[in-house]
Amino acid sequence: MRRAGVVALNTFREAVRDRVLYNLVFFALLMMVAAIAVGQISIGIEQIVIVSLGLSAISVIGLLISVFLGVALVSKEMDKRTLYALLAKPVRRWEFLLGKFEGLVLTLAVNTAAMALGLLLVMLYVKHSLERSDATVLVAVYFILLKLALVVALALLFSCFTTPLLAILFTAGLYIVGLYVQELRTLPLELLSPAMTVFTKWLSYLLPNFENFNVMAMAAHGRAVPGTLILQNTLYTVVYCTIVLVIASVVFSRRNLK
Amino acid sequence: MPDLAIEIENLTKEYPFGFLHLKKKTSLEGLNMQVETGEVFGFIGPNGAGKSTTIKLLMGLIFPTAGSARILGKAISDVEMHRDVGYLPEQPYFYDYLTAAELLDYFARFHDLTAADRKERVQRMLKKVGLETAQKIQLRKYSKGMLQRVGLAQAILHDPKVVILDEPMSGLDPVGRREVRDIILELKREGKTVMFSTHILSDAEMLCDRVGVIVGGRLRGVGAPGQIVDMKTQGMEILFELPGANSAPLLSKATRTGDRYRLQVAEEELYGAIEQLRGAGARILSVSQVKATLEEFFMNLVEADRAQAAAVEVSEK
Repeated sequence: MRRAGVVALNTFREAVRDRVLYNLVFFALLMMVAAIAVGQISIGIEQIVIVSLGLSAISVIGLLISVFLGVALVSKEMDKRTLYALLAKPVRRWEFLLGKFEGLVLTLAVNTAAMALGLLLVMLYVKHSLERSDATVLVAVYFILLKLALVVALALLFSCFTTPLLAILFTAGLYIVGLYVQELRTLPLELLSPAMTVFTKWLSYLLPNFENFNVMAMAAHGRAVPGTLILQNTLYTVVYCTIVLVIASVVFSRRNLK
Repeated sequence: MPDLAIEIENLTKEYPFGFLHLKKKTSLEGLNMQVETGEVFGFIGPNGAGKSTTIKLLMGLIFPTAGSARILGKAISDVEMHRDVGYLPEQPYFYDYLTAAELLDYFARFHDLTAADRKERVQRMLKKVGLETAQKIQLRKYSKGMLQRVGLAQAILHDPKVVILDEPMSGLDPVGRREVRDIILELKREGKTVMFSTHILSDAEMLCDRVGVIVGGRLRGVGAPGQIVDMKTQGMEILFELPGANSAPLLSKATRTGDRYRLQVAEEELYGAIEQLRGAGARILSVSQVKATLEEFFMNLVEADRAQAAAVEVSEK
């Protein structure tokens, strides 16, 4: 585990030096423009507009980083052959994968925390004060981070056995499907054949459920998020990421490098 | 029986290819080889012969189709084996956002070294490979030769007992090659086992206690460079001058360079040839044994391999 930590810190350093955190400048500019615009065009719904826009931006920026950097975590190391010297050290392949995952999640955590702070500052600017109910925004940001960790794990898995382009497509595709898992579960199953009913049911539980992480409306209206949902989403992410990373490790440990 | 640092038994690597991966290309075929503790072993062969495949198999970067190998008694699948092994990949490329000192420190963290020990070793290695003054420059600004030096530094950073170098002279200028040769010799003096692959035969002849020649994925000979060459002694060479427009009976078989002629004869024909040449008025300048160089031995194998491949191709048609 210590060796995975060494890889994680280097992955974080790579992201910082490759100027990944520069996206924060874009986010800051967006929020500044939003803050000015909101004051002029919306009366009474400033919080809803600012929170919705801010959380959407945090989510989209995070997703772009998760998918593209997540896929590059392994494929870049294989393409550039930087992995050769590393795997010749006493480090197991699963430790390398875990370290890469942790490193990118750490990067995303820092990035998301900085954006969340920016969002709170803009809310303070627009509303002139923050209330206790605004803490829901932090819960929503936490859920976005959990969602991003899940996306990173999936991107890492796909990059272990396919090309970077396909890995990006698979990850993005699975994310989009994962947004509609709830709909899959509420399909009028009586219209389907028994075999299809069983298949649809299993598929809905197998696919990652990203819908549960969306509490943007609650945050925008300052409604509290139930504690059970926080616990449930946390556990779900930990278990799902563990399963995905174990499968990725098994695949990667059998892979011949070029 | 000598202590063995590297033991390779029947190591085979096949790569599937084609749309359904049904066809197979054999990169390495039943390799059996041993490297003794404390020796410098050269692994020579042309491009695509199977040298890098063997080394990658030893380092666990690819997996064998059949066979096994052990380094210092540990199976190559055992990750702990890497504690005592240093490896320089062919045409190494490292994280270009790091400086040389940062890269070495990063790699040192995978070995159980204290912070002070890490710092001291990193500085010692940078000095050893001549990168002391460039240690704070990001690797993206390094030349190929400088990257090769960083690669060498990371391979010996943790004081390994066995050092495996894949084409260590590649991309280096004469000064760099000389420095790598000196490092290899220094490692040998320290009692380390060094195995390196190369297609620069003069380096192998100069540095190696033994060499293994691999062509077409098959090992064609193992032994001291001298032993391999001795097996192929080709006869005697007479160097002579022929003043005036004299003609000599063996002149048509000689090679002319300026005013001088070189004539190769079998050992048993030497005295007869000398008498004939002297009879024709030739001035004998020297007589020497003709030994096939490692290069000739190597080229003969390559050509035989190509001829065999061509024959197989024709018969398949």
